[in-house]
Amino acid sequence: MTNIELALGPVFFNWPNEKLLDFYARIADESDIERVYVGEVVCGKRMPFSDKVYPQIIERLQAAGKTVVVSTLALPVTVRDRKSIDALSDWDGLVEVNDFSGVAARKGQRFVAGPFMNIYNEGAAQTLARMGMEGVCPPVELPLSSVEVIAKALPEIEMELFAFGRLPLAVSARCYHARAHKLHKDNCQFICDQDPDGMDVTTLDDQNFLAVNGIQTLSNTVHATTLTQSEIEKKHIKRLRLSPHSVDMVSVAKTFRALATGRIDSAECEAQLTSLPLPGQLANGYTKGKPGHLWVAD
Amino acid sequence: MQQDTTTASRTMELVCPAGTPAALKAAAEAGAHSIYCGFRNETNARNFPGLNFSEKELNAGVKTARRYDADVLVAVNTFGRAGDLDLWKKAVDAVSASGAHAIIAADLAVLDYAAENHPNLRLHLSVQAAAATPEAVNFYADTFGVRRVVLPRVMSVEEIVKLNKEIDVETEVFVFGGLCVMTEGRCALSSYATGKSPNLTGVCSPPGDVDYNDNGSTLSARLGGFTIDCFSQGETAGYPTLCKGRFNAQGETSYLFEDPVSLNAASLLPKLQKAGVTAVKIEGRQRGKAYISQVVKAFRTAVDGLSEGRTSEAEVSAMLASMTEGGRETTGAYKKIWR
Repeated sequence: MTNIELALGPVFFNWPNEKLLDFYARIADESDIERVYVGEVVCGKRMPFSDKVYPQIIERLQAAGKTVVVSTLALPVTVRDRKSIDALSDWDGLVEVNDFSGVAARKGQRFVAGPFMNIYNEGAAQTLARMGMEGVCPPVELPLSSVEVIAKALPEIEMELFAFGRLPLAVSARCYHARAHKLHKDNCQFICDQDPDGMDVTTLDDQNFLAVNGIQTLSNTVHATTLTQSEIEKKHIKRLRLSPHSVDMVSVAKTFRALATGRIDSAECEAQLTSLPLPGQLANGYTKGKPGHLWVAD
Repeated sequence: MQQDTTTASRTMELVCPAGTPAALKAAAEAGAHSIYCGFRNETNARNFPGLNFSEKELNAGVKTARRYDADVLVAVNTFGRAGDLDLWKKAVDAVSASGAHAIIAADLAVLDYAAENHPNLRLHLSVQAAAATPEAVNFYADTFGVRRVVLPRVMSVEEIVKLNKEIDVETEVFVFGGLCVMTEGRCALSSYATGKSPNLTGVCSPPGDVDYNDNGSTLSARLGGFTIDCFSQGETAGYPTLCKGRFNAQGETSYLFEDPVSLNAASLLPKLQKAGVTAVKIEGRQRGKAYISQVVKAFRTAVDGLSEGRTSEAEVSAMLASMTEGGRETTGAYKKIWR
């Protein structure tokens, strides 16, 4: 039986460069995460800033022995957005595509598909496998039963499960951060940098509901898949993806490592995560084919 | 009346919705060039109770449409359930057998199956695939032979102009009816609240998960237990579509994502024609035949007027006046300021 790996997903939020550098330095030095996804996936307007530090970050992570994967934008619109994807066409490292522009750009070279790609079944996965896809992190709303069907139908594809973090639920042409601050997207003043884990959205009766991150809408809850080691293995899942938040991700990774190696059970995993200052309550409904905001006990 | 020699002569195709055989006939009678519909199951993104077509009804619908010189387009545009793709494959076979003009699909599994097994069936890329760049559109064209792409409602007219210059397939755009604020096919908000979503089950904010809670002074419209909007006594309570609700953020209450408006891009038809758009589409397979008939007549007047080089804007606007919900409209992302 091969070991279950851990992956760190791309940072969804508009973090300043110093924070990105510090964050990845700690991941490089203090975590045993095997794979790290880097790059801006939410808003092309942020790229001129973060692009300056990502080469340095990649070098640091690779020096620490991590497999680095460059992630592409989920919703490329402008010429600059499109060029950022095309620029990866001859990169010989691994690329995570989050839009079909990315598949086209790879021209048959290997790639992995991120959770923004609509891979809901084994047929779609097979089609992309023929085009060079070697791994997939399916859409977050896909129930575990479907993930398992795809994983078993395509054993050559590495299956990665979105296992921790606020759920990426939607993208839009409109920037809701700008709208909430009575600004327009073209003159947004990069106001999304005020909310390092997303802007909380509550209902009229003050129930926590969603979180906004620029053009992206996330869950308010923090999704956590707390399957045991044997359950993960039985479902042919190769890797667990942890989505970055301001909370101590080194601790989060330690908890999931303990879970994936059978040192703690689901209840202990839940308890350890709950003891951290998470941006929202834990949820896992999607895993079981239920509404994503629910926590469903085993 | 102004003659515009650059846009005259080509009539934009008017694509109209039909949720029932009666609506299909009404759309054909009212002048639709083509009519789109779907099967009565999870294979289409308007999987509402009491709507849609059986295979037999589709076959009859294709014949009805032909009598009016109209084409039928069939949406098999949800994402197939893992381990259960036969339902989607059978739907593709049934579209092919019906003699319909084209199939509208989004899932790679469905596109692949159609291209492999029914090479003569015309493929349209559903809006649920959200292909918005030349690279993405050309990918679908090169891989599956897609002939037309229905553009996601995230693009400005300027972006559509540029896109059309870089692709060889036809484009179709929504011009009237419901408005998705999120990129279509990339939204799981509904399943987050209810467990059911467009991609998973072909529904958004489904009626079965809606309840109204009256505490005497206010009426809360809820979805999956989340309050989506509140109404005071005497106010007309709207349907709690998740992205059109009122929420709190930054200490303020607002329609954070979008006001409860519907799309009306009738005034942009000349620009869309100049942008090289082949077909304009009306949303609303859940609508009754009276509504369909009136909206289709209005837009047929508009596209006919355009092809003859004259503007019918005032006339069309009057015809549509009573058709928009609560009279509140938007031109959506077609104007960049919307963002």
